[in-house]
Amino acid sequence: MAETHAESVGLAHQFEDLAQQHDADTLGIWVFLVTEIMFFGGVFASYAILRWLYFTAFAAGSHLLDVRLGAINTVVLLGSSLTMALSVRSAQIGNRRFLVIFLILTMILGGAFLGVKAYEYNQKFVEHIVPSLDWAPEGAILARLAPGGLDHAKLYFFFYFAMTGLHALHMIIGMGLLLWLVLRARKGNFTPQYFAPVEVVGLYWHFVDIVWIFLFPLLYLIGGRY
Amino acid sequence: MSQQIVPLKTYVTVFVSLIGLTLLTTGVAFIDLGPFNTVVALVIAFCKMLLVIFFFMHLRQSGGLVRIVLLAGFFWLALLIGLTTADYRTRNWTPAPDAWSTTAPPTHP
Repeated sequence: MAETHAESVGLAHQFEDLAQQHDADTLGIWVFLVTEIMFFGGVFASYAILRWLYFTAFAAGSHLLDVRLGAINTVVLLGSSLTMALSVRSAQIGNRRFLVIFLILTMILGGAFLGVKAYEYNQKFVEHIVPSLDWAPEGAILARLAPGGLDHAKLYFFFYFAMTGLHALHMIIGMGLLLWLVLRARKGNFTPQYFAPVEVVGLYWHFVDIVWIFLFPLLYLIGGRY
Repeated sequence: MSQQIVPLKTYVTVFVSLIGLTLLTTGVAFIDLGPFNTVVALVIAFCKMLLVIFFFMHLRQSGGLVRIVLLAGFFWLALLIGLTTADYRTRNWTPAPDAWSTTAPPTHP
């Protein structure tokens, strides 16, 4: 592998060349993402069973969520996936300035998503529909939750907070990784030959986006809104 | 590197399609399709997932090894959800002895 120093920046000694290292890096993150599929899969499987058993209660709980906020957040997160994909593309063509800009845009959109999520969580506290912490639905909300069974509606909100909470935790980890990438990109660590960290964080970010793609219809759109 | 660079236009087209599908799934939720509301929502989510995986996650250019790893993941996910669901959905196909009734799992409402 007669390479000059400039061509082997970022090459770890156990690999023949950067192409081989890049393939190993992407395969590694895909294997990790499969473990993540199984991790979220367990929650999705139990959700599928309980939603089928207590459909009326789950639909009643779902109808207390704000579909507009959910849809807006979906668009925001899809936008962050676009800017993430464009970050990787900027790294591939060696445009350091746009790499940094798109990474920061991805962080801004991720932050906007978490901001809307925080607002929604706060609304649940205002309405006293946070299981365990603040569960005391009253008035019109109590009347809407009652038909399917209050305990089963509570179960729906356990799922709502567990699933969106796990998703938000992944987003926060992703934001940390993006910050790390921004710092490295500013130092000029990435070249068109070596940008595997950007690609790998990108794959993780898109995975988190896919989880939300399923969470949105499953949590917000149960039983229709007609 | 081993990957060719995807044109900007492709990424933007995929993004616009994803937004379109999001509006579609939200809109369909306001139309009464009975049990098909859930089916339509999941089919649209699946299509969005394929768009993200193939274009944003570069599966289109990825080698066979990555595809096998991903297929294996989906296979185990299908086992997890499929077999668990099959268990619950077939529990009341055969009547349980009366003595079991106090500990029997909840039946379908």
